[in-house]
Amino acid sequence: MKRLEILKTYKLYIGGKFPRTESGRFHAYMSGKKHVANVCRASRKDFRDAEGSARSAQVDWWRKTAYNRSQILYRIAEMMEGRKEQFIEELILQGHTKAKALAEVEKSIDRWIYHAGWCDKYQQLFSSVNPVASAHFNFSVLEPTGVVCLVPKPGEALLGIVSMIAPAIAAGNSVIVLCDLKSPLSVITLSEVLHTSDLPGGVVNVLTGELSELLPHVSVHMDVNAIVYAGDDKEQLKSLQLDAATNVKRIIKVDSAELNSTEDPYLIREMSEVKTTWHPIEQIGASGSGY
Amino acid sequence: MLRKSAAYPLPTSSPTVDQVGVIERTSRFTARSIKKESKVQGLNMVLSMIDLTTLEGMDTEGKVKQLCYKAQHLHDAYPGLNSVAAVCVYPNYVALAKKELKGTTTGVASVATAFPSGNSSLKLKLEDVKMAVDSGADEVDMVISRGRFHQGDYAFVYDEIASVKTACGKARLKVILETGELGTLDKVRRASDIAIAAGADFIKTSTGKIQPAATMPVTLVMLEAIRDHYFKTGEMVGMKPAGGISKSKLALHYLIMVKETLGEAWLDPTWFRFGASSLANDVLMQIMKQATSNYQSADYFSID
Repeated sequence: MKRLEILKTYKLYIGGKFPRTESGRFHAYMSGKKHVANVCRASRKDFRDAEGSARSAQVDWWRKTAYNRSQILYRIAEMMEGRKEQFIEELILQGHTKAKALAEVEKSIDRWIYHAGWCDKYQQLFSSVNPVASAHFNFSVLEPTGVVCLVPKPGEALLGIVSMIAPAIAAGNSVIVLCDLKSPLSVITLSEVLHTSDLPGGVVNVLTGELSELLPHVSVHMDVNAIVYAGDDKEQLKSLQLDAATNVKRIIKVDSAELNSTEDPYLIREMSEVKTTWHPIEQIGASGSGY
Repeated sequence: MLRKSAAYPLPTSSPTVDQVGVIERTSRFTARSIKKESKVQGLNMVLSMIDLTTLEGMDTEGKVKQLCYKAQHLHDAYPGLNSVAAVCVYPNYVALAKKELKGTTTGVASVATAFPSGNSSLKLKLEDVKMAVDSGADEVDMVISRGRFHQGDYAFVYDEIASVKTACGKARLKVILETGELGTLDKVRRASDIAIAAGADFIKTSTGKIQPAATMPVTLVMLEAIRDHYFKTGEMVGMKPAGGISKSKLALHYLIMVKETLGEAWLDPTWFRFGASSLANDVLMQIMKQATSNYQSADYFSID
C-alpha cells in the first residue's frame, strides 16, 4: 500500500507558539494547479495577541548582552543551514528556479551572519560624543524603537524578509512580520528555525494574511512604535502614514530590491531611537579634556 | 450589613467538592459571548469593585499617596469613570491613606494579623488589627492560620477569626484563606465554611504572595459556600478573589461566574471585590479601546 504523505499545517508564530488563527480562516495556497497547503489568514485579534507578546518580550531581549544577541543571530544561521534543502524546496514551490532558490537561501543565511556581527558593533559606529558649549559631557547612544511591525513586499519569500528581521532584532527590537499570502510558506518555516535558535518567544512573531485587511489596524495600534514598509503600493503607504499620526509611530519606507542586494547596517539605525545625555563635568584648567 | 462575631457555631463537616465538575463548570463561564455595550458596562463595574493594592516591603509614603491619587484619578482623559472601591495597604500606611482619601467614597482596607504568613500569637495579631482599626481602616483583611488548619485544629482557626472579628468593631472583616496553601478544593470549602460561621464579612482567596493565587475553580467553590450559607440563613457574605487577575477579560469571566452562582445582588462593590494592582490599567485600556476603537498602549496610562 502506498504511504499517505503527512502534510504540514502552516500556522502562525505568536509568542513562541504556533497557533492557528483565532478566526479559523485559511487560504488554499496553490503552486501552479497543485494545492500545496492551507495557510492561516490572520485576523486583527491575532495581531493584537502578537503585539502583546512582542511588547513583553522586547524588554528582556534588549536586556541581554549585545554579545549574546549576536550569538543567537549566528545560531539562527546555523539552524537555517541545516534546513537548506527544505527552504530550497519551498522556494521552488513558490515559483523559484532551482538555481535561484539555492542562491536566495545561501544569501539569507549569510545575511544572518552579517547582522550577527553587527549586534555588538553598531553602537560604536552610530553613537557619538557631541561637542557642546557648556560644562557638560554630552553623548548620544542608540536604544531600540520598541515593537516594530515589518511589512515585506508581497512576493518576497525569504531574503527580503530576513533582510528586515535581522537588523530589527539586532537593534534590540521585537517584531511582528506581516507576510502577504503570495509566498507565505518559507517565512513560516523560517519561524520554526527561529524557534529552535534560542531566540526568546515573542521577539519575532509571524502572521500571514491579507495586508489590506490587517494594516489599517496596525497603523492605529497605540502600542506599535514603528512600521517598516517595503511594498510599492503608494496608496497603502500614504494611509499608513496618515493613521500612524495617532501615536506618532515611525513609518520607515525601504526599497525591497535595494534591501536584498546590499548589506549595510543603516537599517539598524533607522529602527533605533537616539538618547542623548547631558552629564555635568568640572572644567579643570582652560584646555584639555573635561572628562 | 456588618455581621456578628461567631455568628454560627463551628460547622461539624462540609460538603465534598466534585473537582472535575467544578473545573468543567468554570470553563463554561469563559465561553460566554459578551457584546460591546455589556462589555463596557461590565468593565466599568469591574473598576468600581477593585481594591487597588500595594503590599510590598518596599512601599513608601510616596507610593501610598500615588496609589490614593490613582484611586481618584484613574484616567482623567476619559471623564465619568467609576472610582475604585478601596485601596489596600499595610497597617502603618492606613492613617496616611485615610488622610489622602478624606471626603471621597473610596475606602481604606488594611491587611493585618501578621500578614502574609499569619504566624504569630493571637495577642500580637489583635494588636495588629487594633492598630489598623484605630488608624481608621474601613476594612480589615486577615489571614487564617493555615498551619493549624492543616493540623485539623479547626476550632483554633474558628476562634481566631471570631476574636479578630470582635476586634474589628465597625470595620468589615475579609478573611484570607490563602487557597494556594490549602491544597484541595475540599479544604477550600471547609475553610470557607469555617470563616463564614465565625463571622467573616468577606471571604478572600489569597494574599497575592503565593502561587497559585485566585483561580476560577477555587473562587467557584467559595462562591458556592456563600450561596449555601445564603440559602440556609438568608444572610449575604462578600467574596474577594485576589492575586493573578490582571486582564479585563478574566475579570469579566469572574463577574459572569458571580452572577450565575449568586445572582445579581452580589454584583456590587459591597459584596464583590477584586484584589489587584495591575487590573485597573488593563480595564482602562479596554474601556479606551471601546471608546476610540484603537488598541491601547501602556505608555499612555498611569504607572502601577
